[in-house]
Amino acid sequence: MATGHVQPQETWSPIFGRLTLDWIPYHEPILIGTFLGVGLAGLIVLALMTRFRLWLPLWRDWVISVDHKKIGIMYMVLGFVMMVRGFADALMMRLQQALAAGGAEGYLPPHHYDQVFTAHGVIMIFFVAMPFVTGIMNYVMPTQIGARDVAFPFLNNFSFWMTVAGALLVNISLFVGEFARVGWLAFPPLSGASYSTGPGMDYYLWALQIAGVGTTLSGINLIATILKMRAPGMKMMMMPVFTWTALITNVLIVAAFPVLTATLGMLTLDRYLDFRFFTNDFGGNAMMYINLIWIWGHPEVYILIIPIFGVFSEIVATFSRKPLFGYTTMVWATACIMVLSFVVWLHHFFTMGSGANVNTFFGITTMIIAVPTGVKIFNWLFTMYRGSVRLEVPMYWTIGFLVTFTIGGMTGVLLAVPPVDFQLHNTLFLIAHFHNVIIGGVVFGVYAAVTYWWPKAFGFKLDDRWGKRAFWGWFVGFYLAFMPLYALGLMGVTRRMNSYEDMGWQPYFIIAAVGAVVILFGILSTFMCFYVSIRDRKRLACGGDPWDARTLEWANQSPPQKYNFPQDIVVTGRDMFWKMKEEGFKWSTDYQAIHMPKDTATGVLISAFALAFGFAMVWYIWWLAILSFVAMLAIGIAHTFNYNRDYYIQPDEVAATEAKGASA
Amino acid sequence: MSDHSHAHSGGSHGTLGSLMIGFAMAAILTILPFGLVMGEVDLPRNLAIGLIMGMGAVQIIVHLVYFLHVGKSSEQGWTLVATIFSVIILVIVLAGSLWVMHNMNENMMPMPDMEQMMNLQSQQG
Repeated sequence: MATGHVQPQETWSPIFGRLTLDWIPYHEPILIGTFLGVGLAGLIVLALMTRFRLWLPLWRDWVISVDHKKIGIMYMVLGFVMMVRGFADALMMRLQQALAAGGAEGYLPPHHYDQVFTAHGVIMIFFVAMPFVTGIMNYVMPTQIGARDVAFPFLNNFSFWMTVAGALLVNISLFVGEFARVGWLAFPPLSGASYSTGPGMDYYLWALQIAGVGTTLSGINLIATILKMRAPGMKMMMMPVFTWTALITNVLIVAAFPVLTATLGMLTLDRYLDFRFFTNDFGGNAMMYINLIWIWGHPEVYILIIPIFGVFSEIVATFSRKPLFGYTTMVWATACIMVLSFVVWLHHFFTMGSGANVNTFFGITTMIIAVPTGVKIFNWLFTMYRGSVRLEVPMYWTIGFLVTFTIGGMTGVLLAVPPVDFQLHNTLFLIAHFHNVIIGGVVFGVYAAVTYWWPKAFGFKLDDRWGKRAFWGWFVGFYLAFMPLYALGLMGVTRRMNSYEDMGWQPYFIIAAVGAVVILFGILSTFMCFYVSIRDRKRLACGGDPWDARTLEWANQSPPQKYNFPQDIVVTGRDMFWKMKEEGFKWSTDYQAIHMPKDTATGVLISAFALAFGFAMVWYIWWLAILSFVAMLAIGIAHTFNYNRDYYIQPDEVAATEAKGASA
Repeated sequence: MSDHSHAHSGGSHGTLGSLMIGFAMAAILTILPFGLVMGEVDLPRNLAIGLIMGMGAVQIIVHLVYFLHVGKSSEQGWTLVATIFSVIILVIVLAGSLWVMHNMNENMMPMPDMEQMMNLQSQQG
């Protein structure tokens, strides 16, 4: 194992570019096993789909759909699928570190281990957390503001498929070639041409650039939706808190993602065209990359957590049967975080060599940003205080979040002190901290959101018992897996280690591995929960408003019709649905024709060519790159000549649908 | 305020008068800095650069207001808010990066023969 990895020779042919048979990793037993497993499962799925004639419905009802609800659900599916992949990487790392102590080398050679931790980080942030939060915003936000769809329905479909194309490119790297071995943010000079040969780093760049197009466009789309498509009468300060957090998240996306695109673009120029932005020689400055990538990277962590704050705000208010405590402070706290998240980025590299002035400034801003977050925690607590709290599964996640996230926040404030950071920089303490806020915040929040809005999306609740098992698996597993890492970090154990000498560390790593297995139990319980609930959907069926909720997304049927609301709702205050229920609201039977967008295959086609383009660029297959790029442009331009984009649902059809839904 | 969010609200495309004012101002703000350089006006160098940069900045504002219709009245003021936010973020990113990188260079350990090496390199071309 220790002989080291031999990379295939770099060759180039006009047809296959740099791709040769040597790049297919048939000599790596782990990958062959994975490939067989994935291939077999894939074949079974394909066979079943053909058997039950599901191809056409899949294409017609889902793939080309511009319905924000279906796109939202597809984002969630993408998130869960990629979470399995990212979590498999996590289990491999935990096992490796539990074994590789005191001279033992474990089972993953460094060459492979480095790819695993890079893939874990990239996948979990870009292809799990981002699809999750985008999916929730996509599904919930338009119905919360009483809209029929997002502002640009086709763009929404296109954004989703671009994200999928990026995710596919990362997964292709598993079986064709290799992935980057550079850590999730790919700092040069390690990620530059001189130190990262082979296709791994190029897979990283093109996957993120393609997915980034989707993310940015989706951000623009959702901002436009919130600003322009609110129900008549809904003033900004009447919007549900989740919609507020969605607005601020998407502003952050639109402001921050171009920085990522530009930074990765410069690195791409370095690697492909011999530019010198971030090289060691000829005036390049690798530290500039670190500066720039964190200007994107810090807002990014708020892009992940802010919508989750919105999710918990809705859940806490609903299950306490009270309006949210401090709505206005919640909105302003979120707005403060939006601006402040742009002035803290240097705390990711206190140790890079800035002087005391700079480090002090960014240390203090980091501590300040904890204040609005603290305000939110108190708002949630005060909402629960003297409310009639119902301890349903979403509240389990919420309370688990409040406890766990607060601990994570406090270790973050510790790290904000530059002298402390000098001790803890790049140790497992940092790893424990950010998993503490991302698992305790984002993951718990996504689970809470899925449990809370599942009845909205499908018309039946999720099974309680398996839902609680999933919670306990994640909650207990998290503490077992990451508290030992805090301890190890304080002992000075650095991150990303393939093996270590000190046998004293091993017990901690073994406990952490056990924790990961407990989390695995939580994840399996989730899928079991989905299975059991779908099986027992008759038993779990519920009306349009199963939680006695407060906001507009519960005012229509569950699942909603594709036009969402049969009539416009005139909004007169916050928690509008609660108000409507108090006033005994009924939909009138006087229906108008509803203007709807038509489905289109343009988005999925352009994205397919984007995937081909990315693959061609990774392997230097220039003919394919040119061809697929031209195809993307041609399809895009052709789409602008398609004037057949909308249709009307006639009043009698609306009446029929509404009557059917009510009786079912 | 957002009562008309379903209706077409506030997106004015400017009158002929306002477009002409914008055009005239843009033209003047272009001709003046050109004149400064082409006419070799006798000004201290720094003052001239400052004037040109200043007129460039005003030019940006003229374009935003008269051609892109950024202002309190259009789109319920969202264009103005978005512009101000963009400017704030841009200033933070640019000024912050300059400060951070400059400070880092100042604090890095001096490499004694760095300049010699650079000279040598440039001599060898």
